[in-house]
Amino acid sequence: MKILVAVKRVIDYNVQIRVKEDGSGVNTDNVKMSTNPPDDNAIEEAVKLKESGKAKEIIAVTIGGEKAQETLRKALAVGADRAIHVKSDNYIEPLGIAKILKKIVEKEKPDLVFLGKQAIDDDCNQTGQMLAGLLSWPQGTFVSKILHKDNAIEVTRETDEGLETIEINLPAIITCDLRLNEPRFSSLPNIMKAKKKPVEQLNAKDLGVDIANRIQQIKVEEPPKRKGGIKVSSVAELVSKLKNEAKVI
Amino acid sequence: MSREIMDYDVVIVGAGPSGLSTAIKLKQLDNNLNICVLEKGAEVGAHILSGNVFETKALDELIPEWKKKGAPVKTKVNKEKLLFLRKNSSLSWPTWLLPSVQKNHNNYIISLANLCRWLAEEAEKLGVEIFPGFPASEVIYKDDGSVKGVATSDMGLDKDGNKKDGYEQGIELHAKVTVFAEGCRGHLGKELIKKYKLDSGKSPQQYGIGFKEIWEVSEEQHQEGLIIHTVGWPLDNKTYGGSFLYHAENRQIFIGYVIGLDYQNPHLSPFDEFQRFKTHKAIKKTIEGGKRIAYGARALIEGGIQSLPKMFMPGALLIGCDAGTLNMPKIKGSHTAMKSGIIAAEAIFENIKNKVDLSIYESKFKKSWIYRELYKARNVKPSFSWGLILGILFTGIDQILFRGKAPFTLKHKHADHETLKPSDKMPKIDYPKPDGRITFDRTSSVYLTGTNHRENQPIHLKLKDSNLPINYTLKKFDEPAQKYCPVGVYEVQKDKNNLNPKFVINSQNCIHCKTCDIKEPSQNIVWVTPEGGGGPKYGNM
Repeated sequence: MKILVAVKRVIDYNVQIRVKEDGSGVNTDNVKMSTNPPDDNAIEEAVKLKESGKAKEIIAVTIGGEKAQETLRKALAVGADRAIHVKSDNYIEPLGIAKILKKIVEKEKPDLVFLGKQAIDDDCNQTGQMLAGLLSWPQGTFVSKILHKDNAIEVTRETDEGLETIEINLPAIITCDLRLNEPRFSSLPNIMKAKKKPVEQLNAKDLGVDIANRIQQIKVEEPPKRKGGIKVSSVAELVSKLKNEAKVI
Repeated sequence: MSREIMDYDVVIVGAGPSGLSTAIKLKQLDNNLNICVLEKGAEVGAHILSGNVFETKALDELIPEWKKKGAPVKTKVNKEKLLFLRKNSSLSWPTWLLPSVQKNHNNYIISLANLCRWLAEEAEKLGVEIFPGFPASEVIYKDDGSVKGVATSDMGLDKDGNKKDGYEQGIELHAKVTVFAEGCRGHLGKELIKKYKLDSGKSPQQYGIGFKEIWEVSEEQHQEGLIIHTVGWPLDNKTYGGSFLYHAENRQIFIGYVIGLDYQNPHLSPFDEFQRFKTHKAIKKTIEGGKRIAYGARALIEGGIQSLPKMFMPGALLIGCDAGTLNMPKIKGSHTAMKSGIIAAEAIFENIKNKVDLSIYESKFKKSWIYRELYKARNVKPSFSWGLILGILFTGIDQILFRGKAPFTLKHKHADHETLKPSDKMPKIDYPKPDGRITFDRTSSVYLTGTNHRENQPIHLKLKDSNLPINYTLKKFDEPAQKYCPVGVYEVQKDKNNLNPKFVINSQNCIHCKTCDIKEPSQNIVWVTPEGGGGPKYGNM
C-alpha cells in the first residue's frame, strides 16, 4: 500500500498573529513557521501503518514557496520515504490545492491520501473534501482512529454529535484530527538521513490545472479586543442585563 | 540502553553570535571540517534578545563583504542622546562630553535575532550542520577528565520522567573540540566553570536583567537612526541600571531596560521598574498611541575582564557570554562575542591541524583588540557600586582622563545572589497598576513572547530543596522570585485565609532568561534544559 500525505507550512501555533497595518494580510516576516499541527498527525499515522507492515511507501507532498521544503524535510525525518515539492509563491485557495493534489494522485496512484483536517492559518477545512469530490473517492474526515482491513478501513470521526464510526473502501481520503495519535519527534540521525532523501520539484503552473483564485480578499483585520467582565449582584440583574444589554434572551 | 553516537570535528553549543562566528570561521579556515551547531530554540534566533546597537568590527573581519551579501545590518545611528531622568524632568547630557566608548556614530541599529538567522544561512552555505530544537543537556567527559562532547536531552518524557508515546532518546555528539556558546549563564558553561575551576582568582561574575519591547509608532513619533539612553529615574541612586530607546527601521522602536542583579531590595521588581520607566514624559511621547508588538527579557553579563573565567579547558572552549565577554560601559556584547568566536576558530584550527594545545586561545585573546577593549572598560561597572552619581564622576575620570589606563583595577565584591537584604529591613515599593496602553502586566507580556513548553514534561526549573522557598526565602526575603522573574513563573499562593503558602512554578511560561538561576539568594533554583523547541519564539528581537 502506498500513502500520500499532504503537509502545509504555517505560522507556528505559539506565535501571536499580527495583522499587517494596511489590512492586506498577516505579518510573516521573521515569524517562526512550522508544520500545520494536524498534518503532523497525518504523517505519524502513515508512519505507523508502514511500521506495522501495512504500508510500503510514504510520499509527502507540499505546495508553497522555497521554504516550504522545510516541512517536507521534517516529514522525511519522521519517516516519509520521498517527497514532492510543488512550487508556488502565491497563495492558492483550497480548490486550487485540491486540483494540484489530484494531479499528484493520478501520477502516484496511492491507496490512501492523508491530510490534516484543516490548516490553522486560513482554517478553511475544505481541501480534503474537495479532493475526494474531484477524485470521486470515499472520504473519512476528522478522523481520530483508524483500523486497517483488507481493501477497506474503519475510521472513527469526531463530529459535533459524538463519535461516528464508518467503513470506507480504498482508495480513500482521510483528514486527520489532533486526537488521532501523538506525533513523534524527529531525531538528529534521522534529520541527517532526511537530507539525503529525494525531493521532486514541480511547478504549480506547469501542471495544467486552473489554480486561479476565486475569492477576492478585501481586508484582514484583528478581531475586536475582548472587554473585561463585570460582576452582577443578583440573578435579577443578570437576567435583566442578558435581556436588555446583551439581548440574548 | 546506550545512546546513539554521532562524531564531528567540532560541536558548538548555541547558535548565537559567538557560536555561529566560530562555525563560519572554521569552515573558512578548512572546509573539510565537520561542524555541527546545536540550538535549543525552535529555530535560530528564537532565543536571541538584544538591544541592539551593533559595532561591525568583528563582522567586518568575519565576512568583509557582508553589505553586498545582504546582512540585516542597515539602519545607521545618526543621532544619539543621553538623558538623566528625574521623576518629572530630564536633562540631556552633551554628546561631546561622552567618553569615546559610549559614542555610536559608526554603529547600526539591528535585530540580533535577524543577524543570527543570516549568519546561520551563511554557515549552512559553507556546510555547517545546524540543528535547532536540540538542546545540549549534558557534558560527556572522557576517562582522563577532558570534554568528549555533549548529549542532547531525551524527548517525550512525562513529568515524572516516564516515557510517553513518541519518546525519542537523546544522542551523544562527540568532537575533537566542543565549543560552549550558550550565552549568559549557560547551564553547561556553569558546570564547566565549576568543574575546571575556570573562575579561580577572578571576581564573582556580575549580571543584569535586560528587558526589551518592540513598538510600532506613527511616522511623526519616529526618527530612524536616533538612539537614546537614560539613567536615573525610576531607579534610586544605589541601583545600577538604565534604558535604551532605538528608532529602528519600519517605524519600530526598540525600547528596553537593564537593571544590575546586584540590587539589594527584595521588593524591587525589575519588570515593574521597566513598565513604570515608560511613563516618564520624555519617553511616553515616543510610544503613546503606538502598539507594543513584542516583549522579552534575558540576563546579561556585566562582570567584565575581572570576572572573565579562563576560556579553555581540556577538549573544550567557553566563548561569548557563556564566559562573559560583554563590554558593559559600551553596553555592547555582540561584536566581542563574535570576536571571541573567531579567535576560538583560529585556536581550534591550530589544535586540530598541528596539535597545538587549546591554551593558545588565551594568548590569541590577549593579543587581540577584544582584550584591550575589555581591559580599558574594566573599572566602570565596579565604580557604580558607590552609587550613580559617584559612578558617573569616576567613569568620567577613568574613561576621559585616564582613557581606561588607570594604574589600578577595581574588584567586584559580591556575587549577585548575596546582595539582597532582608525584606523587613527594606522599603516596600508601590508600583502603579498597568494601564494597558503604555504599561502592561506580566500575563499579557508573556503572551507576546510566544513561549511554550509542551505539557506534561519534567519541570526544567529544579529546586535543590523544595521546602526552602516557603520555610526560608519567603520569611526572610518575601520570596523575591515572584518579583525578579519577568514572566511570573514563580508564585506564592495562599489559601482564602491568607495562610498555608504554597510555592508554585509555572515553568511553561519560562523564557529562558536565567535570572532565577542567578539571583535566588540560596542558589536553590537550578535552570536545566527543557524538552527541545521549548521557550520563546522571538521574531526580530
